[in-house]
Amino acid sequence: MTDSLTPSATALQSQLTPAWQTRLWRSTLNNRSLAIGLLIIASLGIVALLAPWLAPHDPYLQDTANRMVPPFWHDTGSWTHPLGTDRLGRDYLSRLIFGARISLFIGLVVALISGLIGTTLGVLAGYFGGRVDAVVSYLLTTRLAMPVVLVALAMASLIGGSMLTVTLLLGLLLWDRFAVVARSATQQLRDAEYVQAAQALGCPLPYILLREVLPNIAGALIVVATLEVANAILLEATLSFLGMGVQPPSPSWGLMIAEGKTYMFFQPWVITIPGGALFMLVLAINLLGDGLRDLSAPGGRNE
Amino acid sequence: MTNTTSPANSMDPLALELCALSKTFKLGGGMLHKPQTLKAVNEVSLRVPRGQVMGLVGESGCGKSTLAKMLLGLTPPSSGDVLINGKAIVNANQKALARHIQPIFQDPYSSLNPRQRIAQIVGLPLRIHALGTPREQAAKVDQMLDLVGLPKRAAQQYPGQMSGGQRQRVAIARALIMRPDLVICDEPTSALDVSIQAQILNLLLDLKDEFGLTYLFISHDLAVVEHLADRLAVMYLGQIVEEGTREQIFTAPRHPYTQALLASALTPEPGLGVPDIGLGAGQPDPTQPPSGCAFHPRCPIAQPQCSEQTPKLSAITHASGQAFGKGSQARVACHLA
Amino acid sequence: MSNLSTAEHSAATSSPLLTVKQLRVDLPVAKGTLHAVRGIDFHVERGEMLCLVGESGCGKSMTSLALMGLLPRKAQVNADCLNFDGVDLLTVPERERSNLRGARMAMIFQEPMTALNPAYTLGNQLSEALRRHQRVSRQAAHDRALYLLKRVGISAAEERMRQYPHQLSGGLRQRVMIAMALMCEPDLIIADEPTTALDVTIQAQILHLLRDLQQEFGTAIIFITHDLGVVARIADRVAVMYAGEVIETASAQALFKAPSHPYTQGLLRCIPTPGKTLPGSRLQAIPGVVPSLVGKIEGCAFCNRCDQADERCRTTPPLQAVAGEHFSRCHFAHQLASPAPLNDQEVTS
Repeated sequence: MTDSLTPSATALQSQLTPAWQTRLWRSTLNNRSLAIGLLIIASLGIVALLAPWLAPHDPYLQDTANRMVPPFWHDTGSWTHPLGTDRLGRDYLSRLIFGARISLFIGLVVALISGLIGTTLGVLAGYFGGRVDAVVSYLLTTRLAMPVVLVALAMASLIGGSMLTVTLLLGLLLWDRFAVVARSATQQLRDAEYVQAAQALGCPLPYILLREVLPNIAGALIVVATLEVANAILLEATLSFLGMGVQPPSPSWGLMIAEGKTYMFFQPWVITIPGGALFMLVLAINLLGDGLRDLSAPGGRNE
Repeated sequence: MTNTTSPANSMDPLALELCALSKTFKLGGGMLHKPQTLKAVNEVSLRVPRGQVMGLVGESGCGKSTLAKMLLGLTPPSSGDVLINGKAIVNANQKALARHIQPIFQDPYSSLNPRQRIAQIVGLPLRIHALGTPREQAAKVDQMLDLVGLPKRAAQQYPGQMSGGQRQRVAIARALIMRPDLVICDEPTSALDVSIQAQILNLLLDLKDEFGLTYLFISHDLAVVEHLADRLAVMYLGQIVEEGTREQIFTAPRHPYTQALLASALTPEPGLGVPDIGLGAGQPDPTQPPSGCAFHPRCPIAQPQCSEQTPKLSAITHASGQAFGKGSQARVACHLA
Repeated sequence: MSNLSTAEHSAATSSPLLTVKQLRVDLPVAKGTLHAVRGIDFHVERGEMLCLVGESGCGKSMTSLALMGLLPRKAQVNADCLNFDGVDLLTVPERERSNLRGARMAMIFQEPMTALNPAYTLGNQLSEALRRHQRVSRQAAHDRALYLLKRVGISAAEERMRQYPHQLSGGLRQRVMIAMALMCEPDLIIADEPTTALDVTIQAQILHLLRDLQQEFGTAIIFITHDLGVVARIADRVAVMYAGEVIETASAQALFKAPSHPYTQGLLRCIPTPGKTLPGSRLQAIPGVVPSLVGKIEGCAFCNRCDQADERCRTTPPLQAVAGEHFSRCHFAHQLASPAPLNDQEVTS
């Protein structure tokens, strides 16, 4: 916050201001990128949840008589298969809808696992400092020295690729940003007077970390989490594209792009449809992350 | 430990006693540099009688905040003892300590967790110490908020919805809800506007009488200290350079640093101008304290011996010593006092 | 020094250096418009020390930023007159305005670290402050920087010139800031709480220095503070601000001797003053809090905290003369102005 705004801010506080939840909700609606991102993700989430009822066909059902049917906007397209079929005659729209489940699931679970690891390490390092910090920093440097895609590829080829392996691997690899953010945010809070007040009361350590520290660094962590969801979704697509991720016949968007790559020049829609879906989702998540960052940054655009 | 701590534990006349308390920090240090040592608090001895207000003044970096942290059990002393009600607190259980001593911090904007309601913040001590049922705790919180002059609806608000003065009232309610004997007030009004400062000082005085509290009142505002304190200790670079009753310090300061401090307090009296206090422009580096008397490089009356011998904090008899009555022992650390 | 004479600046010595009439600063906030400054009038004579005093949120910092043209872009500044030595600050183009800043108006901030660039040496920054506005040789700028560093009481100035801001203590940094403000010999320095972050002994030294330098260089200073003790000791004239308005203005002598606005009186009463307030006694606090500056304020802004308020206070009182140059924005100003004893709790012993 700039010096010039502090006086007015204190003057405002002398009046009854609404609770922070109310203010958060209001500024969410005022923030365009946040609203758009939230809208897209919410609709994709509903689609993914209701996939069995929304999909017009079984995504695994092969229909060799109707292979490579183009989408409805082509002359030869039909409304039976709105987005056409792939080389095995499976309905592309249904595969896309079920693919959203895989992408969102992997994105969320990876962010959850890595968030748990990274936040724990970061909060401990930031709160205790000294040797704990040295150990965490060492782990962090080691982790940052490893190229994610290569390590994930190597491990997946050793263990064998599957949705579970991809999720676990990415979860164990993508915790670095959580750790960095949690560590520096906690360092700033460690000497906050309310933390000291809790220490002086004899509050047990878990209480201080979970109730005093964590809620106040959550904003920054949520921003990181959104970015990591997007990152994980892209990495899953990459690994699946390279054949080391989700295995066929699962309808992963990355796998759909991989399977379609030989037809790219004559039937470009086999690539552009899953590619476009991936683009939309990642964009929406990044918009959401951007919006959240504006909200959580004091003195940000929405002050 | 009983559930109701009696405010006036008449076992010991001293609420707080510090015996040669020191805190040394190691700074920097690595493969190439030798770590520097910083004596933040250097052999401080102080006795605070029960029911009194002990003022502690000094410039930033003089060690007064480190001292407060040691008393609160937030950082262990390097050496020396802290006695509360005659019992040593080093290695004492933090919870047991918390029943006797509580802090009120400087900045009411950072001393309250912004994500908790006022009722949660004020009730936290009771929950942590498992005092009473939730219903009793809530009643106690209401009673405490009322005592510090906050309306009932404040309980359901968040700190962000309150003004600085109201927040400081919340901080006071939290500190006093367990009825401690001793309250460490670390510059409790310096972040507040003057019109609010007066409200808070009045409240602190009222509550002191109501609960029979002992205050260690840390401040750099001499006017406030003079208004509140019964006794006064002046710190410079980790050491107490002078200690005495309010009258002794304010009417007949002996240490040149105390004299400079008093001279630089600006009272609202026009026409007096700004005094020339005659200290040099330099501020000392606490990692490399000057030899001998730590104050000698800035001292207007320093003699050769001041840079060689460290003066001891020793009892003095004021010229007008009788006037201050018995038991008003004063101490000063200056060769020339 | 001789080539930096200010003779060409002081053509119209008779008129005030700075005239402010009906200055308003509005800021859009979530709940509407924050009227941070609500139509204030004051003037600054050449070479005088005007103190703007008030509590946080009273608009004193906003006023100074508006004068310097440093407000955030979303802030709206309006005034009937904002005249700095013949230059209309409202209409002057931004380029000329930034020439004016530093050259003829300088600012000293509360936290010098925010105003000093950590990446450059002090000598570099001081010389640049001059060379940005005047065509002088590197050597001449260096010499002046050295002279001023010595003048503000920095020992081993030669050596300090090669140091970086972080190598200095807070008090020394503030001295450097003062030297920097004086580099171009400005006509006006705006000092926004320059000693609030400093220890009392350092504060006294800095204030002493500022007063000395002001007399030596003949610079006008607008000194912004919340500390009435400081005001009493350094001000020539005082303007007391409350809720975005100037509620009382007078010479320092007159203001402290016969404050004639209930707010000023209340402020003076609630500071514990050695020899006047009895130690340990209750202080006379001003009840309540400052009104919100979002939206319109009807009537006197202080009436909700004032013990004298009655029906008349529903209408906005004008700033009326109490005596000579003493103005007060209170319907009861004339009654209050009678020099009644301020502290009825005088220590009798």
